[in-house]
Amino acid sequence: MEGILNIILLGGMAVTAIAIAKMRNLFVVTMLSGIYSLLSAGIFVLLDAVDVAFTEAAVGAGITTVLFLSTLILVGREAKPRQFRMQAILPFLLVLAVGAGLIFASLDPNMPRFGDPNSPANQRLAPEFLADSVPQVGNEAPTRVGIPNIVTTTLASYRGYDTLGEVVVIFTAGIAVLILLGAARRRREDEELEGPETGAKPEPPKEDSRMADASKEAPGS
Amino acid sequence: MTDLIIGLYNYWIVIILMMVGFYIVMSRQNLVKSLIGLNIFQTSVFILYITLGKVTGGTAPILEKGIKLYSNPLPHVLILTAIVVGVSTTALGLALVVRIKEAYGTIEENEINRMDNES
Repeated sequence: MEGILNIILLGGMAVTAIAIAKMRNLFVVTMLSGIYSLLSAGIFVLLDAVDVAFTEAAVGAGITTVLFLSTLILVGREAKPRQFRMQAILPFLLVLAVGAGLIFASLDPNMPRFGDPNSPANQRLAPEFLADSVPQVGNEAPTRVGIPNIVTTTLASYRGYDTLGEVVVIFTAGIAVLILLGAARRRREDEELEGPETGAKPEPPKEDSRMADASKEAPGS
Repeated sequence: MTDLIIGLYNYWIVIILMMVGFYIVMSRQNLVKSLIGLNIFQTSVFILYITLGKVTGGTAPILEKGIKLYSNPLPHVLILTAIVVGVSTTALGLALVVRIKEAYGTIEENEINRMDNES
């Protein structure tokens, strides 16, 4: 049952991605990418990554879609058609070649099969993290960390520096967005002071506040 | 044969998604569309990592009495970080797109290039 669901959901993702590639209306593309993120959240639940599924559904399908939509208000909805056919054919051939190479590589007999408990990725580190969290048989003493969710345990203790780095990245991105959009608004105000000009668009203040939301929410996730 | 297909199906879908994202980034002139292509590429990598951590018969890595087999929690931790970093880079990219639209009046790459060459 799980296997069938896995095949259907992943197939749906591939179809959605191809539809995204075909569409030119940016509003449709944004909505499809929201569906794509939600499908991937479903896949993560199937593959036992419930924490990742939460985050993907909230951040990938939620905040990202909102960011794209608020950008579309400013930049317009329609992408222009290509001028030359070569622009489509050349990348297509390249992608086909790279994809064929990667699929050929995946046929290697040493490639770990889906769900293989003996794959190299499951041999190191993770068993130790699990052993530190799971009470040992015959030893009822509290475990080293003592949180039932192993992902939280690992995130907060063993990979704490990752999270610190993540916070730094979000902080930097937040500052950069504020500078980029804030500079534009300042310049427009200067122009307005110099004289009334034509067609000044009102700056939507929402972009900034949403970025701030994203920065606030992210460290906790 | 069926074993082979089921065992490698996830990798193949990951490869297809990756290539579709790559194609969108390369073939489209529209900057918003390129960013969406980048997002697709990114998500395909997430699925690759989570697939590698799945153990057949395992459950979600949350402690519960009577359960002996858990999936690998380490890829989940790494991807959790990556998702959040991904959204902040997307936000930065979109802010750049908005600025480009203000400065050039278009977000089509070839038109921007032409304007740069003319001036």
